[in-house]
Amino acid sequence: MNMMQTGRVSEVLARLAYVTDPELDEPVTELGFVTGVDVDEAGSVRVGFRLPTYWCAANFAFLMADDMRREISALPWVGAIQVELGEHMYAETINRAMKTGMSFQDAFAEEADGNLDEVRQIFAIKAFQRRQLALLDYLAGLGYGVPALLEMTIGDLDALDVSPDGRKLIGRYLERRDIPGAAGPSAPAFVDGMANGLHADTYNAHRRTLRRVTVNVEFNGALCRGLLAARFGEPDPSLPDEPTLLDFVRRVVPGGTTAPH
Amino acid sequence: MYRTEDGEDIFIIDGHVHFWDASKENQKNVHGAEFINCFYAYHTSLSPKEVQWTREKFEKYSAEQMYNDLFVDGPDDMAICQPTYLYDFYTEGFNTTERNATMVEKHPDRFILNGAFDPRDGEEGLEALHALSEKYKLKGIKLYTAEWKGESKGYKLSDKATYRYLETAEKLGIKNIHVHKGPTILPLNRDAFDVADVDDAASSFQNLNFIVEHCGLPRLDDFCWIATQETNVYAGLAVALPFIHSRPAYFAHIISELLFWVGEDKILYGSDYGIWTPKWLVDAFMKFELPDDVAKETGVSLSRQAKRKILGLNAARLYNIDIEAKKQQLGLLHQVAAE
Repeated sequence: MNMMQTGRVSEVLARLAYVTDPELDEPVTELGFVTGVDVDEAGSVRVGFRLPTYWCAANFAFLMADDMRREISALPWVGAIQVELGEHMYAETINRAMKTGMSFQDAFAEEADGNLDEVRQIFAIKAFQRRQLALLDYLAGLGYGVPALLEMTIGDLDALDVSPDGRKLIGRYLERRDIPGAAGPSAPAFVDGMANGLHADTYNAHRRTLRRVTVNVEFNGALCRGLLAARFGEPDPSLPDEPTLLDFVRRVVPGGTTAPH
Repeated sequence: MYRTEDGEDIFIIDGHVHFWDASKENQKNVHGAEFINCFYAYHTSLSPKEVQWTREKFEKYSAEQMYNDLFVDGPDDMAICQPTYLYDFYTEGFNTTERNATMVEKHPDRFILNGAFDPRDGEEGLEALHALSEKYKLKGIKLYTAEWKGESKGYKLSDKATYRYLETAEKLGIKNIHVHKGPTILPLNRDAFDVADVDDAASSFQNLNFIVEHCGLPRLDDFCWIATQETNVYAGLAVALPFIHSRPAYFAHIISELLFWVGEDKILYGSDYGIWTPKWLVDAFMKFELPDDVAKETGVSLSRQAKRKILGLNAARLYNIDIEAKKQQLGLLHQVAAE
C-alpha cells in the first residue's frame, strides 16, 4: 500500500467513527466491530465488519452497514464501496443489499413491513435520554440545583464555561437534543423523550426513567464487548480507561461527589 | 442448601436449568453450530476462569455431571428443567422435554419438569400439549419466541395462535409461563427484542404467571416498566446474575432496578445451567451487598430475606413446593441434625 492509500484508510476510519451502534450509542470503531479497511488505487473501498453474535438483530446490522456506506461515500475520492458483514445469520442478504444499494425494505421484502425509521427513532430517543442523564449528573456535581437545570435554555447550556470533559458531555447531548423534536436556542435545555418540559415535582421520576434506560444500555454494552471478545478469542477487554457514562452516573469521575470505589 | 456464615441454611430452587445435546453429531446445520457457539461465548465471557469448561464438554454433558454440578458440588436443592426444542437446528432437538425427562426420572425429588409448546404447530400442537401435560403433570411451560421453524423466524405472545395455546395451558392447570425473548422478531423492521407482547399476554391471562427469563434483557428498561403494571409478571435472573463476578457494579445497578420496579417477591434465581454453574453464582450472590450509593439512590435493600425469596421462596410459591416437607424428603433435616 502506498502512502496515499494509507492516508485514505485513515480517512475512511475517521468517517466510520461517526457510525454508531443504534442500541449502544457508541462508534462501531470503538466497539471493535470494524475488522478491516482496504483502499485500492482506483479509490475502491472495502470495509469488513463483525458483530458479537451470529444472532445479533438483523435490522441493527443493516443500519450499521448502511450508515457505513453513507459515511464513506462522503469522501470525495471514493469509487466503489463494499461493506461486508461476516459470520452473521443475515450476512448474505445484507452484503447483497450493500453491493446493489438496496433499501432495507427491498432486501427483507418478505420479512419486513416497513422501513427502519421507527426503530431508529426509538433507539435515538434512548441515546438522547442516556446522554441527558450523564449531563444532568455532571451539572449536579458542579452545584446546579434542580430549579437552575429546569430554567436553563439550550443557548445557556451551550454557553456554559466548563472543563473539556464537561464540554464533551454538552456536545454529545446537544447533538441529540433535536431527537424528541426540533428546538431553538431559547427552548429548554432539558425535556423528556416526548419533548415535554420538565417540572420540579416530577423531576425525580424523570431521572429514574433516564436511569433505567442508561443501566440497560451500559449493561448491554458490557455484554456485547464480552461476547465479541469470547467469540473471536480475544482477551476480554478491561474496563475502558476513559470514564464511561456509568462512571458519571455513579459519580466516580470529576464533577462527581464521591471518591472512586 | 447454602449455609451462611452465621449458620442459616437457605433452600435453593434453581429456576432455569437445561440438559442439552449440542454435539457435532446432533447439529443439523450452521445454525446449530452457531447457536451453541453463542452460548459458549456467554459461558466463557462471564464465568470465572477456574470454572470454565472445554468446548467439547459444553456441547454435551452427562446426567451425572449435571447432578453433581447442581446438587453435590453446587448448593441447589431443586431445579426447574426448561426445554428449548430447536428441531430446525438439531436433529434430535437441543433440550427437549423428553430429554430433560430422562434426567428428571433418575432424580424425581430434585427436579420440576417443564414442557413447551409452539403456537405455529396448529391443532396438532394443541393435542401434543394435552398429551405432554398428561404425561408429565406439567405446572410450567417454557417458550422461546425466537425459535426458527421452516420459513418462520419467530412468533409473539400476542399472536392469536399463542392465545389459543395459553388458553389451553390455563385449562390444563399449567400456571407458569417462562418466556425467553430472543432476537429476530418479525417483522424485521421492529425492535428484535421488543417485550411489549409480554404485557399484552399478561394482561389477558391474569391467572397465569409470566416469568420473563433474562429479566427482559436486553430490554430491561422496557421490562421493568411492564412488570410494575402487571402483577403476574416475574423476572428470571439468568444472564444478569453472572455479571456479579466480572462486573459487580453493573449487577448492583440491575438488581437495584429490579428490586425497585419488580420487587423482591417477583425475582427468581436461575443459573441457566449448563451456561453457568450454581456454586459460584449462589456463593457470590449470598456475599453480595449493594454499594451504599446505589442503595441510597434507589432506596432499596438486598436483605437476607430478599435473598431467601429470590433463591427459593418465590419459586416455591409459584410451584407449590412445601419447603419443610421437601427438606424432610431429601433428607436435608436429618443431615443438618447430624452435623
